[in-house]
Amino acid sequence: MSDQALLTLDDLRVDFHTPTGIVNAVRGLSFTLGRERLGIVGESGSGKSMTGRAILDLIPHPGVVTAKRMGFRGQNLTTMDKRARRKLRGRHISMVMQDPKFSLNPVQTVGDQIAEAYRVHHRASAREAKERSLSMLEAVQIREPARVYDLYPHEVSGGMGQRVMIAMMLIAEPEILIADEPTSALDVTVQLQVLKILDDLVTSRGMGLIFISHDLHLVKSFCDRVIVMYGGKAMETLPASELDKAQHPYTRGLLGCLPDLDHPREKLATLNRDPAWLA
Amino acid sequence: MTDQTATSATWHAWLTTTSPESRRQAKLGQLYRQWLAFRKNPAAVVGLAIVVSLLLIAAFAPLIAQHDPLAQALDQRLLAPSAKHWFGTDALGRDIFSRVVYGARVTLVIVMLVVITVGPVGLLIGCAAGYFGGWVDTVLMRITDVFLAFPRLVLALAFVAALGPGLENAVIAIAVTAWPPYARVARAETMIIRNADYISAMRLQGASQMRIVLKHVVPMCMPSLIVRTTFDMAGIIITAAGLGFLGLGAQPPIPEWGAMISTGREQIFDQWWVATFPGIAICVVALGFNLLGDGLRDVLDAR
Amino acid sequence: MSTNSAINVDKLNVSFGDSHVVKDLSFAVEPGESYGVVGESGSGKSTVLRVLAGLNRDWSGEVDILGKRQPKIRDKAFYRAVQMVFQDPYGSLHPKKTVDDTLAEPLAIHGIRDAEAKISRAMQDVGLPTSFRFRYPHQLSGGQRQRVAIARALVLEPTILLLDEPTSALDVSIQAEVLNLLQALRHERKLTYILVSHDLAVVGHMCERLLVMQFGRGVEEMTATTLAARAPQTAYAQQLLTASEGFRRAG
Repeated sequence: MSDQALLTLDDLRVDFHTPTGIVNAVRGLSFTLGRERLGIVGESGSGKSMTGRAILDLIPHPGVVTAKRMGFRGQNLTTMDKRARRKLRGRHISMVMQDPKFSLNPVQTVGDQIAEAYRVHHRASAREAKERSLSMLEAVQIREPARVYDLYPHEVSGGMGQRVMIAMMLIAEPEILIADEPTSALDVTVQLQVLKILDDLVTSRGMGLIFISHDLHLVKSFCDRVIVMYGGKAMETLPASELDKAQHPYTRGLLGCLPDLDHPREKLATLNRDPAWLA
Repeated sequence: MTDQTATSATWHAWLTTTSPESRRQAKLGQLYRQWLAFRKNPAAVVGLAIVVSLLLIAAFAPLIAQHDPLAQALDQRLLAPSAKHWFGTDALGRDIFSRVVYGARVTLVIVMLVVITVGPVGLLIGCAAGYFGGWVDTVLMRITDVFLAFPRLVLALAFVAALGPGLENAVIAIAVTAWPPYARVARAETMIIRNADYISAMRLQGASQMRIVLKHVVPMCMPSLIVRTTFDMAGIIITAAGLGFLGLGAQPPIPEWGAMISTGREQIFDQWWVATFPGIAICVVALGFNLLGDGLRDVLDAR
Repeated sequence: MSTNSAINVDKLNVSFGDSHVVKDLSFAVEPGESYGVVGESGSGKSTVLRVLAGLNRDWSGEVDILGKRQPKIRDKAFYRAVQMVFQDPYGSLHPKKTVDDTLAEPLAIHGIRDAEAKISRAMQDVGLPTSFRFRYPHQLSGGQRQRVAIARALVLEPTILLLDEPTSALDVSIQAEVLNLLQALRHERKLTYILVSHDLAVVGHMCERLLVMQFGRGVEEMTATTLAARAPQTAYAQQLLTASEGFRRAG
């Protein structure tokens, strides 16, 4: 953890105004992000993805984001206009989504997409952008960058597609990267390679990483600090290494549900949700 | 008043419950939820109102029309719209309002006959081609392509020319030319559906091919077919009117809108009302079906 | 391999056009056993299950189920003995059929009488309240849908259940409930399971023996005890096991 906060959220709320009533996706979440790997874990509907999207102002239509304060390096995001927010996106705060298949443009080569991501934020010649893209592809450990540069998204495997996405998101050298289930669509062995690349880049460039995941084991082994979310609220925040010693019944319950090779049981524990957690 | 609100609230609760107690309640509840969604789209409600009005006008034509649509009055030729003749009279002194009203029946008959023949044929051919694939697909789809290759009006013209002009032949001609797009839509849908896990699950239960197609694939194709049909209504009405206009559809003195425009063509500059009112009727009905189709698509295709 | 195996697969090969997805695969599953098949995407694990279920017909080799050599096209009686639960609970239920419709269909196909009682019992067995009987899939959560899918598979009272990643689309807390249900049903009804999964912990929890697959081949067959002892023989199985334990930062 660092002394300097990159991002401060105070009382973040995301509400969806639907015909059947207001759905509170995130209800009063506060945290600060330094130059660290911050994990957000929770089950579906916990509001973890909505938190990531709210930071980037990517909440779809009936959703409304409010916060007492959303500070990014001294700027207050809540009072910023749409255009300024958009400029921030990609340049200073980036996001890697779950499935590269849906995030890449199918009719453009992956290389051109990376180069374009660079040129959107930096004044550079096409040549310079291409050079930077090639070195970025190398940085995400793609063996033949020149060949991969000219491939279309459907010609790359899932793991390679996700590396391309990471290259694209990191080429503008953002200060914060939000990774929303970046490896859930990948096989375990590939997953670890991608995480390793992500880890190296984030550490070497001194970025802040928000790692959103449903996988407790992964977050425990990958992150520095973990926020456990349930029903739009943070149940507890604790150092990742102490996740096994979590106090909150929800976190304990989640851990208890997981089948464990070391502790075989006839019956898995099930989770009893307590309405008091959301009070 | 309070009693009424209480009953309607009970009905609403009964229909929207998440735990229906019978098959019927579940089906009705599903319909009711679709209706609630449909009601939110004002354009679609307007479309529905137009279509319902068409049905009512056709059903109660004798009550609405003040004159006999076929009665000629040569002393009252080409009168401008007035209190007595709301839409004026035509070259034979017939009341245009009454003819437009009775024309709704003709239009409705054409539309109904076409839909009854085209829907099931297109659906079955498309579903069979899509589900079985292989040579079944090749044969059925090449036949479809042959029919698709001809422009609708031209093929209809050829049929009418061969069979002779008349309302029945116009319907046959339109039906023959209208089914291929339905087969295409149904086939495309089926090709997606047949790979779904729920179809595999049916195969795993030992269901016969026939059962799978009829009971599980067809219901999934229905929404897009219904939507497609309502959109197509406008085209069918216009084709029928076109054939009428060319003198190949409904024969005089049947009050068919297209034929009415055709006869009013000679007077279009001096007695504008003769061709205009049937024209407006065609426009409004075509628009009504289109708006309805739009609304239905939003409601039925929401999966 | 013993002759009275519930399932006996010998030299199974499956090809789709040019790609050879399952290569010379052989294994046997004893009656009442729970057998896991583990592998990454492209290992051919799901294809094996589809061959066993009769959903895939482009295969060669020998498949014996309950002592009978299986032809490519299965008869109706086969489906009373072998059923399957699919991975995606959102795709495996017909969107326009209520729970009742879904459960009544297999009974109607096989002309089984007393459907009313059988449906209520099937719902009860998988822990679905009767008030859900006339709900449509969109009115159910993922876990509830998977329970319906399990009920549909069990309503014909099969002896073998093929499970294709039955919990990988579910949250961990729901996964625990579904796995507990599957365990309980297996003990009650003496079912034979084949469980395909990418999750070693799930397979370790559910199965007595497992087969690790890679690129269409069976790499290693081991017992759950070997797995728990982290003692696989082959490098690939070892690698898979290490990878599933989470991220390790070098240094």
